[in-house]
Amino acid sequence: MSSETQKILSTDGIPLEESLKKAEKKNKIKAFLLVTPLLLFLIITYIVPIADMFSRSIDDKMVTNMLPKTFKAMEQWDGKELPSEEVFEAFYLDYKILVKNKTAGKLQTQLNYEKNGFKSVLKKLARKQKKFEEGNYKEQIMKVHKRWRNVEYWRAIKRRAPAYTYSKYLKGVDMYSNEDGKIVQVAEDRRIHRILWSRTLEVAFFVTLFCFLMAYPIAHLLATLPMKYSNLLMICVLLPFWTSLLVRTASWMILLQQQGIVNDFFVWIGLVTDDNRPEMMYNKTGTYVAMTQILLPFMVLPLYSVMKTISPSLMRAGKSLGATPAVAFFKVYFPLTIPGIGAGCLLVFILAIGYYITPALVGGASGTLISNQIAYHMKSTLDWSFASAMGLMLLTGVLVIYWIYNKLVGVDNIKLG
Amino acid sequence: MSKKEDFVKFDKVDKSYDGKVLVVKDLNLDIEEGEFVTMLGPSGSGKTTCLMMLAGFETPTNGEIYLDKNPISNIPPHKRGIGMVFQNYALFPHMTVFENLAFPLRVRKISKEDIEKKVDKALSMVSLSEFGNRMPGQLSGGQQQRVAVARALVFDPSVVLMDEPLGALDKNLRESMQYEIKHIHESIGVTVVYVTHDQGEALTMSNRIAVFNDGKVQQLSSPDKLYEEPVNSFVAEFIGENNTFAGEISDISNGSCKVKLDQGEIIANPISVKSVGEKTTVSIRPERALINPKDKMDNNQKGKIEEVIYHGDHTRVRLNLLGNSEFILKVPNSSQNLDIKLGNEINIGWNSHDARALDPK
Repeated sequence: MSSETQKILSTDGIPLEESLKKAEKKNKIKAFLLVTPLLLFLIITYIVPIADMFSRSIDDKMVTNMLPKTFKAMEQWDGKELPSEEVFEAFYLDYKILVKNKTAGKLQTQLNYEKNGFKSVLKKLARKQKKFEEGNYKEQIMKVHKRWRNVEYWRAIKRRAPAYTYSKYLKGVDMYSNEDGKIVQVAEDRRIHRILWSRTLEVAFFVTLFCFLMAYPIAHLLATLPMKYSNLLMICVLLPFWTSLLVRTASWMILLQQQGIVNDFFVWIGLVTDDNRPEMMYNKTGTYVAMTQILLPFMVLPLYSVMKTISPSLMRAGKSLGATPAVAFFKVYFPLTIPGIGAGCLLVFILAIGYYITPALVGGASGTLISNQIAYHMKSTLDWSFASAMGLMLLTGVLVIYWIYNKLVGVDNIKLG
Repeated sequence: MSKKEDFVKFDKVDKSYDGKVLVVKDLNLDIEEGEFVTMLGPSGSGKTTCLMMLAGFETPTNGEIYLDKNPISNIPPHKRGIGMVFQNYALFPHMTVFENLAFPLRVRKISKEDIEKKVDKALSMVSLSEFGNRMPGQLSGGQQQRVAVARALVFDPSVVLMDEPLGALDKNLRESMQYEIKHIHESIGVTVVYVTHDQGEALTMSNRIAVFNDGKVQQLSSPDKLYEEPVNSFVAEFIGENNTFAGEISDISNGSCKVKLDQGEIIANPISVKSVGEKTTVSIRPERALINPKDKMDNNQKGKIEEVIYHGDHTRVRLNLLGNSEFILKVPNSSQNLDIKLGNEINIGWNSHDARALDPK
């Protein structure tokens, strides 16, 4: 049979496929127009910032643009011994312009990231370079500070030559590329980021676990109670949602501090002595308690929506077939709630992993998470590229978790309601 | 094997959910071993509550239920060994058909080979042998229903309860399933307690029917007796079609009575009336009243045809008779019924034995 005879024609003789496309075109355009606002909104508020973050995290053009002559002159330099007079001259000329334009401070900060103590060396040079004479810049610069004789400082400058860098990502996991260009770990006492990453994962895991343990019975009760009680309970679950996050966190501070209500109660019932009140805040305990409370509704709601659809006759059927209540629960009810468990855990875990305000307020030093470190670099050190890099690492981590989850449980099994 | 009488026994059972209203009042019911008993009644009549008490999901407020002479009120559902088919089948959606059927056997720790044998046997009983690996969601309503029946029977329970199992099926399927369940019951001889609000279903399937209303058993008897000899006006109304006349006893003697109506008087069979002056409702089945009867009948009245509805095998005729404009006749289609035309006056006759004088409504 030839393909021509297979083609089905509509009554007017146009191929059926074409006429179908024509008929549906209008609807497709309408549907597209309806989602356009959301699409634009997502692009502007989500895709663009992430793209910007990414480019910021690998962007190293600032230093590249500040020292154009130096990097050109350094192209020939092998980095083994001190660079030639040519490089010194180029650096002097570049730096002179920066000082004149009052932008030398940025370079000082950037190079200080690369090599500690570079800032003061550069500041001294900024003061002295005004009196420099023409010619033999190598001698003059080296005379300003003895560290200019140290080749490591020059290597530090050269490392910033490329317009793009992945050094921020290395820094995020406490690594750096050393003078020889090898990737090595930072000194053991300075590996703070890894502690923060593992603590973030640990906190997110346990918060998810606590939320699950508490939300499961609540959701079950919500789904099985008669309407008038379940509505009341639902309001209790949702009430925290309607209260400001800050207010809730602050009330935890009132409750948990050493002179707080919970401690007073413990003393009153004689659980602890007055001079031996446990610290429940400004450490991990505070973070756990407050985050679990705040994220609980995100676990309750998906669980509830799944449990609501499970017919009570299934448990009855299980029992009537001879299963004890416990067996009926684990063989019949529990497997049917897995989509809700998956959705709730994923939601809580992902929210917990990027949680910022609560750990910042009640976490103290041992309860801060990676997001607090990101905020610190955003606000205090102004190392935005490093903050962006860590933010992206966090995002990648979440995507990896999502991927693993998809492999294990299957995203189709998620039910958010 | 002799069949045990009162195998299942409800003894003075009361049930109340809120402490104010009794849903089931003083229920006494004996069910013989191997019997198919249907609890029939309108919704809210307490029939499902009775079933749930028997299954163990509700506790009687008062009284006791006996299974094979043993009181079972304190036995939890999973130890009663009663199979149950639920209204919406309640198949476990995350298990295959095979696993669903194996579930009651697995919790009883039966060996793997025995489980396979029993499940295969149960599946072939409902002619679903090929479907063991399907998920319940992939089956049609009728197939799911049969799986539910097989699951309730696979562990050889002594009693099987069925709670409106055919309610979700369409009419044709429902009828064929009625026969199928009936045949299964006959072949394995299990005791079945069946709940429905569909009287047709109850009449076709049951050995005995308990008609429920208002928390009480109104009548417990075989289908034919229930239809032919209802003991009160609720049963007469609820089962089948029924013509009624409300009136007052004017004379009563020798198993027959005269009932005075607003217009005229009829002779009836006194069932629940005893003395002159009592109010009564007289019930006559539509097929017991004849047009132009050949034999002499002790009730003869003239009625005017108000409506004729053709039903294929029979014609329904609505008459105005003795002030009752809702009097229905069922006339079998034959060439003789020529004067059934709108507006005609015809002679109607019936035997006083078929006109049952029951309690007033």
